[in-house]
Amino acid sequence: MDFNDTPEEAAFRQRAQAFLAAHAQPKGSQTESLQKRLSDKEYMLAAKAYQKAKAENGFAGITWPKEQGGQGLAPIFSVIFGQEEAKYDAPAGPFTIGLGMCVPTVIAFATDAQKERHVGPALRGEEIWCQLFSEPSAGSDVAGLKTKAVRDGDDWVINGQKVWTSGAHYSDWGIVLVRTNADKAKHKGLSMFFIDMKSPGIDVRPIHQMSGGSNFNEVYFTDVRVPHSQMLGGEGNGWSVALVTLMNERLAVGGSPGPDYKEIFEWAKTMPGQNGGTLAEDQSFRQKVADWFVRAEGYKLAKFRTMTALSKGQTPGPESSIGKIITANQLQDITHHAMEAMDHFGIITDTAYAPSEGVFQQSHMWAAGLRIAGGTDEILKNIIAERILGLPGDVRVDKDVAFKDLPSGR
Amino acid sequence: MNFDFSDDQKYLKEQARKFLSEQSSMATVRAVLNDEHKSHDAALWKAIAEMGWLGAAIPEDYGGLGLGELELCVLAEEMGRSLAPVPWASTVYFFAEALKIAGTDAQKSAILPKLAEGTVIGCVAASEGPGEPRAATLKTVFDGTSVTGMKVPVTDGDCATHALVLAKHQEGTSLVIVDVTGAGVEARAIKSFDPTRSHATLTFTKAPAQLLGEAGDGEALLQRIYDRAAVLLAFEQIGGSQACLDMATDYAKGRYAFSRQIGSFQAIKHKLADMYVALEIARSNAFYGAWALSSDAPELPLAAAAARIAACEAYYLASKENIQTHGGMGFTWEVDCHLYYRRAKLLAVQAGAPSLWKEKLVRRLEMRNAA
Repeated sequence: MDFNDTPEEAAFRQRAQAFLAAHAQPKGSQTESLQKRLSDKEYMLAAKAYQKAKAENGFAGITWPKEQGGQGLAPIFSVIFGQEEAKYDAPAGPFTIGLGMCVPTVIAFATDAQKERHVGPALRGEEIWCQLFSEPSAGSDVAGLKTKAVRDGDDWVINGQKVWTSGAHYSDWGIVLVRTNADKAKHKGLSMFFIDMKSPGIDVRPIHQMSGGSNFNEVYFTDVRVPHSQMLGGEGNGWSVALVTLMNERLAVGGSPGPDYKEIFEWAKTMPGQNGGTLAEDQSFRQKVADWFVRAEGYKLAKFRTMTALSKGQTPGPESSIGKIITANQLQDITHHAMEAMDHFGIITDTAYAPSEGVFQQSHMWAAGLRIAGGTDEILKNIIAERILGLPGDVRVDKDVAFKDLPSGR
Repeated sequence: MNFDFSDDQKYLKEQARKFLSEQSSMATVRAVLNDEHKSHDAALWKAIAEMGWLGAAIPEDYGGLGLGELELCVLAEEMGRSLAPVPWASTVYFFAEALKIAGTDAQKSAILPKLAEGTVIGCVAASEGPGEPRAATLKTVFDGTSVTGMKVPVTDGDCATHALVLAKHQEGTSLVIVDVTGAGVEARAIKSFDPTRSHATLTFTKAPAQLLGEAGDGEALLQRIYDRAAVLLAFEQIGGSQACLDMATDYAKGRYAFSRQIGSFQAIKHKLADMYVALEIARSNAFYGAWALSSDAPELPLAAAAARIAACEAYYLASKENIQTHGGMGFTWEVDCHLYYRRAKLLAVQAGAPSLWKEKLVRRLEMRNAA
C-alpha cells in the first residue's frame, strides 16, 4: 500500500502542474474568484482561451482516441489532471458537459465527416455544447419526455420544451432527445439529434432558482427544423444513445461543492459556544465534526481506491458511485448546523453582517439542488441497489403500452 | 496510487474465508451461543493456531509467521464475517500488540511463542464500572509486585490465561500482566449481550503482576494499544457488516410480499443502499488505518479514530436493518440476524465507545492542525 504515482503518472502530473501554473491562478490567491471578477462575456473569453491552451498542450480529450484529436491515454491520467486542475481557479466549467457527455456521444454515433467537423472545434474551445434531455414532466423518468419530432422531407420538425439545461444560452450546439413515435412504448419511440442552438425557433430562457440565481435554462422548441442526417444512432434508438451520454454524467458531476469539515471547524473557533467558550469547544458540535471528518475522508479515500483500480488498468469498483450522495447530503448537513449554531444571527445573508460573507447560507440553498441535479438521491440509491446489489427492478406499468396511452399527471 | 491490498493478501483472505466457512459455520457459533458453560470453541482455536494465524504478525524470532499488519487486517475481516466464537481479538489485537509495542525482550520471549501456538489466551481487564476507566475512578491497585481489585466486564476473561490489567500505581496508572491461572485470581463468567464471546469478572487478590512498559504510563499505553486494535477491530466490523448486507440482499431477492420480491420496493432498496454507502465509507477509512498501522505512520491516531467510528456506525446500521429487512423472521432465535446485532454492539463498546472516539478524533485533528 502506498499513495505514490507510477513514474509515468508522476511525469504526467508534473507536466500538468507546469501547464496549470502557467495558465491559471491557484485557488485562494485572489480575494475574488475569476468568475466574480469578470463580466459574463469576459469570463467566457477567458474560458475559451484556457480550453484552447489545454488543447495545444495536450490536456484536452485526455482519454479520447488519437484519431479524434485526443491523447489516447488511460482514464487515470484524466483523473490526475482533474486533481491538479481542482487546485486552480481554472475556467473549465463551460466545457464540462460538452466534453464530458455530449461530444463523446457524437464520437460514438456520428459519421466521420460530422466528427471531422465538430470534435476539433469542441476540443479547442471554439464551440460549446449543451445537453437537452430533462423536461418539465420527465425528470428522474427522463424517458417519459414529450418533446416531439415529426419527419418532413429531409428534415425533422421539433416542438416542445426542455428544462434544467446548463449553458444553453452560450452553447453553439446541443444534443437533444425527442419522441419520434408516440405509438411505440415509452423507451422505444425516442431518437437523438445534435442540433445548432442558433436554429430558428429555439428560445432559451433562464430559470429563476430558489437560491435567487439563474444557473440553468428552459429551452423552448417551436417548429425547429433539424436535418435527418443529424440523427444519432438511428430512428427509435434514442434511449440507448442517451444511456451512453448519461454513463458519463456522474463522473462529470462531483468534487467538493462547498464548505467541508475543515472550513466549519476553523470557523467555529471564532464563534461563541453554549458554555462561555467557542463553538469549537462545544461537545455536541465536536461530535458532529467527527462525523463530517469520517464521511469526507471516507469519500476521499474511496476515490483513492478508484484511482488504484484505474492505475492498474482495471475497471473501478462500485465504490465510485457513492460520491454525490455523500457530498450533497454532507453539504446540506454542515451548512444547516452552521446556521443553527449562529442562533438568530444565522438568518442573515446580508454580507455586511453574515459571517464568512454568507457562504453557509448560500451553500445551504445550493445543497438542496445538488441532491437533485444529475440523478436524485433516490435514483442513485436505486442504481446502487439494482446494479451493485443486484436487486430486482421496480414493477413497470409502462412497459408494453403505447406512449400516447400512458397516464400523465402534472 | 496503490491503495489496495496485494494479490497475496487477497489470496490469504480467500483462503481464510474458505477455511472459516468450513471450520466456523453457524452451527459452531450457535454451539457456543446455546451452551452457557462453553466459553469458546476450543477445536476452532486449535485449528487457527495450526494455520499460524495467531502468530501471523508476530516476528519469527518469537515464534510467529513474521507477516505484517496488513495480513492481520484481511484475516480480521474474515473472522468478523464468520462470527468466529474464539478469543481471537482479545489475544491478537490487544494482548499480542501490547507486548509487541511495550514488552521487554524477556516478556516477549516468554509469552509470544506460546501465544502463537495457541496455549496463551490474552484479555484486557480495564473496565470497573460504567464509563471510560480513568485514574480518578480506578479502584484496582498495583503495588509494584502484585495487583488487587475487581474488573468487570472482561471479554474472554473466563478462558484467558493472561490478562492485561489497568491499575492505579504510584501517582498515576500502569498496565500490568497477570497470569490468571496463577494464585490470587478468581474468574467468574457473567451473562452478556453477546454470548458467542464469553465475559467474566476477574477478581485479583494480591495476584503477582509484572509491569508492561513504563510505570505510570498505563492510560497512555492502553490508548496506543487501542489505536492499533481499533484498526483491526474495524476490519472485523467490516466483515460483519458485509455479512449482514449479503444476508439482507439475499433475503430481499427471495422473499415475496404483495406478489413481488420485497427487494423491488424502494423502501427496501434504499435501506440496503444506505447500508452499502456506510460500509464503503467504513471500508475506505479502514484501509487508511491499515496503511497507517502497517507503515508506523504518524497519521495512525487520527486514522484509527476515523476507522473505528466509521466501522461502528456501519455495523450498527447493517445489523439493525438486516433484522428489519427480515421482518418477523428477523426477530426469531433461529434466524442469524441477532448474532450480528449482538457482535456489532460488543465490538462498538469494547476499546471505547464511538462517542468517546469522536472526541478523541477531534482532539487529534486539533493537534495535527497545530503541528
